[in-house]
Amino acid sequence: MNSPIDKSQLISRLENILPPDSVLHQTEDLHPYECDGLSAYRNLPLAVVLPNEIAQVQAILKVCNELNVPVVARGAGTGLSGGALPLPDGILLSLAKFKDIIDIDPVQRIARVQPGVRNLAISEAVAKYDLYYAPDPSSQIACTIGGNVAENSGGVHCLKYGLTIHNIQQIKIITIEGELLTIGGSGLDSPGYDLLALMTGSEGMLGVIVEVTVKLLPNPESAQVILAAFNDLIKAGKAVGDIISAGIIPAGLEMMDKLAIQAAEDFVHAGYPTDAAAILLCELDGSRAEVEENIKRVQHILEISGATEVRIAQDEAERETFWKGRKAAFPAVGRISPDYYCMDGTIPRKHLPQVLKTMAELSAEYELPVANVFHAGDGNLHPLILYDANKPGELERTEEFGGKILELCVEVGGSITGEHGVGLEKINQMCVQFDALELTQFHAIKKAFDEKSLLNPGKAVPTLHRCAEFGAMHVHHGELPHPELERF
Amino acid sequence: MSKDNSQQIQSQILDAYKNKSALSICGGNSKHFYGHKSNATSLDVSEHKGIISYEPTELVVTVRAGTQLSELESTLNESNQILPFEPPHFADNATIGGTVACNLSGPARAYNGAARDFVLGSRIINGKAEDLKFGGQVMKNVAGYDASRLMCGAMGTLGVMLDVSLKVLPKPETEITLSHQCDINQAMFNMHQWVKQSLPVSASCYDGSQLFIRLSGNDSSVNSSRKIIGGEAIKNSPFFWQQVKEQTHTFFKTNKPLWRLSLSSNTPPLDLPGETFYEWGAALRWLKTESSVEEIRDKLDALGGHALLFKNNTLDIQAFHPLSNGLLNIHKKLKNAFDPENILNPGVMYKDI
Repeated sequence: MNSPIDKSQLISRLENILPPDSVLHQTEDLHPYECDGLSAYRNLPLAVVLPNEIAQVQAILKVCNELNVPVVARGAGTGLSGGALPLPDGILLSLAKFKDIIDIDPVQRIARVQPGVRNLAISEAVAKYDLYYAPDPSSQIACTIGGNVAENSGGVHCLKYGLTIHNIQQIKIITIEGELLTIGGSGLDSPGYDLLALMTGSEGMLGVIVEVTVKLLPNPESAQVILAAFNDLIKAGKAVGDIISAGIIPAGLEMMDKLAIQAAEDFVHAGYPTDAAAILLCELDGSRAEVEENIKRVQHILEISGATEVRIAQDEAERETFWKGRKAAFPAVGRISPDYYCMDGTIPRKHLPQVLKTMAELSAEYELPVANVFHAGDGNLHPLILYDANKPGELERTEEFGGKILELCVEVGGSITGEHGVGLEKINQMCVQFDALELTQFHAIKKAFDEKSLLNPGKAVPTLHRCAEFGAMHVHHGELPHPELERF
Repeated sequence: MSKDNSQQIQSQILDAYKNKSALSICGGNSKHFYGHKSNATSLDVSEHKGIISYEPTELVVTVRAGTQLSELESTLNESNQILPFEPPHFADNATIGGTVACNLSGPARAYNGAARDFVLGSRIINGKAEDLKFGGQVMKNVAGYDASRLMCGAMGTLGVMLDVSLKVLPKPETEITLSHQCDINQAMFNMHQWVKQSLPVSASCYDGSQLFIRLSGNDSSVNSSRKIIGGEAIKNSPFFWQQVKEQTHTFFKTNKPLWRLSLSSNTPPLDLPGETFYEWGAALRWLKTESSVEEIRDKLDALGGHALLFKNNTLDIQAFHPLSNGLLNIHKKLKNAFDPENILNPGVMYKDI
């Protein structure tokens, strides 16, 4: 494991498997792969391989296993947590050539697709059957379904339609030994352990996904969106609880704060009330009768919750305009600040006032403004920290501030990541969310699949050593599971 | 009604770990017929019970595993909420821990999701007597491997569940069940067609001569969909589905082996002797038969489905569908990762785990 990797031997073995143009190893060819969506971290791998057949992936993994070469799998590289960041002593396995939609079964409402198929391409391909694929991460135009499974991606419709895990039925993976395994089945369940759940969101640490069978939903007969403005963020948060208490599960329920509203409005002119402290966007879908009834109920709830203004989109064009601002919120913030850092914590919604208050205090302390975009229905916060990477020390201050926000999420019973994954970005905060025994259990799970730790090593689950260095080791009952490890 | 018995449970597991002696985990023993029996020392988890927290506006409940399912459902009902996977009880003393450990779901499963889809987090004791928390109380949480969902359906073989957090949903305003006299081909066509039309179907079954479709939602939606579907409204919809869910329906009154077949919903009726009851849009089929196990399993293998001998295992055969060698190997390694001394419910699912 520790012996240095003979690069020329590795390249020649890989070139025995793939055509020469599918094995990239010249520095200039490697640069496009040096990072994923978290561009603050960059590495060049030893080589990038671009197979287009399952047998090639099996052969590549067998070679890597034999030569002890780490493997990082990559879809479109849109991930925001550094999960697809290459390793300098490893290869990058791109699944980008696996772009075929293998089969669509409109009766059973499933589609079997290769991992490099784009999320949105699935919905486009099945639109003729009046079906769609529900999870819609904001990168859906570019991100691939293989990456979605690896990250358990979400989107704005999770409250009603769930995450990736709720919308897939079967996957095929290749183990590090090169074995092809089918996980899940043709029915709604499969025998044995729920390996489908274990693989989903495992960030490329357990196997390489080479096929995904997704579940499809019928397009709702009707969808309608309502926009409400509030002069107080806390009132907006309470209104979310009021809607849900009334027994209504919106298809989407989004909140934006003043800074995010203003940035979005300046950018796309969605007609947002820029004097508001917060806006809520609530989308309802279902049968026409149901949506008509629920829109009236939500309107009433919002009015009595203290909304200063409630607007119902009058037609499809206005509905799209309402959403346009929300969907453009990230790039809009990008226009008002040289750089921004997007966080992804999740909290029980009742703690929103406390979290917002502490976040404002931290913002003042670190002298870095924060714009808040919030999947309010499911408690997933996306605070955007505004900074300037050209100012010395500002990125480090931003990361520290971001880390504090995540720790705050854990403190109130939430999670450090709702949908972006841990990757490399949040690996230190894993030491806050989980104690040493739990992390040790995660390592044992990895070992069950990947004995030599060659699949995306160093990501998603920190070593206890790293946690000790980070100073956030949670000691359980005063005992550490590995007292032999040095602590700093 | 509420008691934290986690320390006793942990200390009993620690003793078993040290002595390498197996434990048989038992909640209400309502599912004694399911899987394989164990003669190991009983680990009673039924005293670890009570609702730890329930936030109707958050749509989340956290509950101790020994809590009776009936108590949990009645608490949710007070806030007009439900467990969306509509779990069967099979006996009055069924616990939520046993339900999740078996991943048992009822008629709504094909439309709302299974037990595992609503698990947000869990606290378990593994086979080394370590107290571990995975997941949490929020709907979106991708930190760490999804070990809490891994517990669903693992029948306690990876860990003893102490607490579980579940997503709950509002109770539908109204429900109605419509029946149609038709053959199975027409029934399957209708079950697929109506869901594809985005109608609020929440349960379906076919008993050999009649198709039953339940619609749930708000009044306006159910009423407008009813006109599309047609058929006769049955008199007592909740009672009917209760019978299907709890297997008190006449179909299930049998001493013959009762097979649970899970397969692609558009598979035509299988050429196997015996009687079939269809659920979940035909993705779940109950088969009363004395066909050979090989005949049934070969057929299901070819279809990518699986056959579980659910009740009346008079043949004394492996109840759960055999795993491929590759998957069995992963199962053994995972078992070893959680329970290296093989003390937690060994053999209740498969011989080697």
